Amino acid sequence: MMLSNYFPIPMSMSLNSWSDALSQWYLFGLPLGLVVIAAIPLVFIALYALTYGVYGERKISAFMQDRLGPMEVGKWGILQTLADILKLLQKEDIVNTNADKFLFVVGPGILFVGSFMAFAVLPFGPAFIGADLNVGLFYAIGIVALEVVGILAAGWGSNNKWALYGAIRSVAQIVSYEIPAAIAILCGAMMAGTLSMQQFSILQQGEYGFLHFFLFQNPIAWLPFIIYFIASLAETNRAPFDIPEAESELVAGYFTEYSGMKFAVIFLAEYGSMFMVSAIISVVFLGGWNSPLPNIGSFALNDWTTGPVWGAAWIILKGFFFIFLQMWLRWTLPRLRVDQLMYVCWKVLTPFAFVAFVLTAVWEIYM
Amino acid sequence: MQELPKAEHRSVRVTPNGKNRVVIEKDLSSEEMILNMGPQHPSTHGVLRLECKTDGEVVVEAEPYLGYLHRCFEKHAEMVDYPGIVPFVDRMDYLAAMNSEFAYCIAVEKLLDIEIPRRVEFLRVIVSELNRIASHLVAIGTYAIDLGAFTPFLFCFRDREHIMSLLEWASGARMLYNYIWIGGASYDFPKGMQKRIDEFITYFRPKALELQRLLTENEIFVKRTRGIGMMPADVAVNYGWSGPMLRGSGVEWDLRRNDPYSIYPELDFKVCVPDGRHSDIGDSLSRHLVRAYEMEESLSIIEQCLDKMPAAEEGFNPRAAIPKRIRPKAGEVYGRAENPRGELGFYIVSDGKSTKPVRCKARSSCFVNLSAMKEMSMGQLIPDLVAIIGSIDIVLGEVDR
Repeated sequence: MMLSNYFPIPMSMSLNSWSDALSQWYLFGLPLGLVVIAAIPLVFIALYALTYGVYGERKISAFMQDRLGPMEVGKWGILQTLADILKLLQKEDIVNTNADKFLFVVGPGILFVGSFMAFAVLPFGPAFIGADLNVGLFYAIGIVALEVVGILAAGWGSNNKWALYGAIRSVAQIVSYEIPAAIAILCGAMMAGTLSMQQFSILQQGEYGFLHFFLFQNPIAWLPFIIYFIASLAETNRAPFDIPEAESELVAGYFTEYSGMKFAVIFLAEYGSMFMVSAIISVVFLGGWNSPLPNIGSFALNDWTTGPVWGAAWIILKGFFFIFLQMWLRWTLPRLRVDQLMYVCWKVLTPFAFVAFVLTAVWEIYM
Repeated sequence: MQELPKAEHRSVRVTPNGKNRVVIEKDLSSEEMILNMGPQHPSTHGVLRLECKTDGEVVVEAEPYLGYLHRCFEKHAEMVDYPGIVPFVDRMDYLAAMNSEFAYCIAVEKLLDIEIPRRVEFLRVIVSELNRIASHLVAIGTYAIDLGAFTPFLFCFRDREHIMSLLEWASGARMLYNYIWIGGASYDFPKGMQKRIDEFITYFRPKALELQRLLTENEIFVKRTRGIGMMPADVAVNYGWSGPMLRGSGVEWDLRRNDPYSIYPELDFKVCVPDGRHSDIGDSLSRHLVRAYEMEESLSIIEQCLDKMPAAEEGFNPRAAIPKRIRPKAGEVYGRAENPRGELGFYIVSDGKSTKPVRCKARSSCFVNLSAMKEMSMGQLIPDLVAIIGSIDIVLGEVDR
């Protein structure tokens, strides 16, 4: 049975025109349609972070460990995260007597804001972008650094020695790993010649699909790609670099004293950052919302799978793929020690990032 | 030399009536911090408490404090008769209850000087070797957790589950068996037990290999454990170490070989010591390797036992040799056996009149092994401290008794 029997015009075309029409929708002189288009991805991400990120992590870890994972709430436990959130919302909001109350309360907020503010510049399709800044990539890298402030506030405000250790480790780690990550991203920026996230995606458009992606445009691109992926693990405190929250060493790291909804906020910020770095790596090296499928003769796979909804689906799929990689690593590897972590950053990743930087520059000038 | 001025710290304390009070602390060293690790810390394996003096992340000194799980085993033992002590012994080292019972029964049987049926000896060795594998699985799994790898832990527990159900089938309990009795065992193996143990062995061999590939050969794991918590052989002997800890330091000392009991002299097995190729002898990785090798040796011991075990005759009763009333002659005895964690010994004094021991002292392997904590942890980082505690493989139930 052909799909076109039901949809006389190609599905993506109709959705394209739908989104075009929506973006023309003004209410009281406000571009409400555009707001709706931009809000859809953000709502999706909130939903993702709330349910599918956590649920996916639990299920994936379960399948890796010969378990079933959550199975009770809803079919296959699909509503487990919602039940958890409801439980966390009902919990008593505990603040230590000796804690610095201001920092203790503000810390998770800064973390959450820092993690989710970067979503403003993530392109989810030709029209789906919160703010197409001309320095979008720079903004995304910079805003992640805001998390450090939140972590430090949470760790210091808790008045707990373990939390303080966690916070100090975390700050050292995130600040260090920003250097190889930023240099690796800069390699991508050199290939594109722009810092706008939307421009990145547009530049990687083409009828040959994945062959237009920057990862395949340049023989050196895989090096910054891998460096950024490893550094992004450290930036989001994922294993094997989850040293700030090493539960067997530091109890729970900087959020040892947090409970209830404040804990949930920190937790969601972590999942938000995971998706954010995955989206950034997809945009910079893997074409963002572009379809990886090439046009083969009369099979115009690329044309068929291009459009606003397809675009959102592609970048989310790519993001999920990297999140899956992050989870896979987390449930396989032990944790590094602090000094080994710093060694990896300063003596391995940073020199290689510089090498990649120079090689990319040479390639871009002479090729 | 001019003395540096001492640091002066102001801190705000909240008084009970709710008002803030500024406290000026003079002569406070600003370089070292007291860090309390435990008793509710996730990697202290129960309720061990370490008081660490830290300089940044470096542990200057770590002092273990015990007693959070003290249950007066020795006093209780003076209040109950000899067979009644066996369940208490189970609760000492709850991860290796069979081995603990075995050690206790050896001590009392030495005092009574009684002959054990040959089949019962085989039953005892098989269950205690099974329990040794289970205990080492927990040790390896929790060690993986200490180093941040969660999956090997669950793999270990999945495999341990099979041993638990085997032992449950034999004794009726999953963890605290009360299976080995003085002069016998509570039940004979159920019909088909040998087949199921065989099935377990064929199931477990590839799983042990999988665990080795996942954890032991992992680069990060080796980096975290190699050369950490070094203990030279002579110092280890002076501390009275035993079991995998001592063998990890390169001393070939195994009570099953050096002070043989039961049917161990008839069995062919290797005393595992690290060869120094994969680890530095005496470090945390060596201890881990010894445990991993020992699981393999235990499997081969079980296989040999199943081959050699005399078949149950008609009307065989494992309780036949158990004395009706246990009242040993006046005297004292020290009986010991090789536990998964080292030498577990019982020193029992009988006055010859009572059915209860006058004194029952347990020489706990974990307690002795833990005593070297202070020496091993000096100058290590906090993550390494966790790696060292994990490599000791303590069970606080046995440390505190």
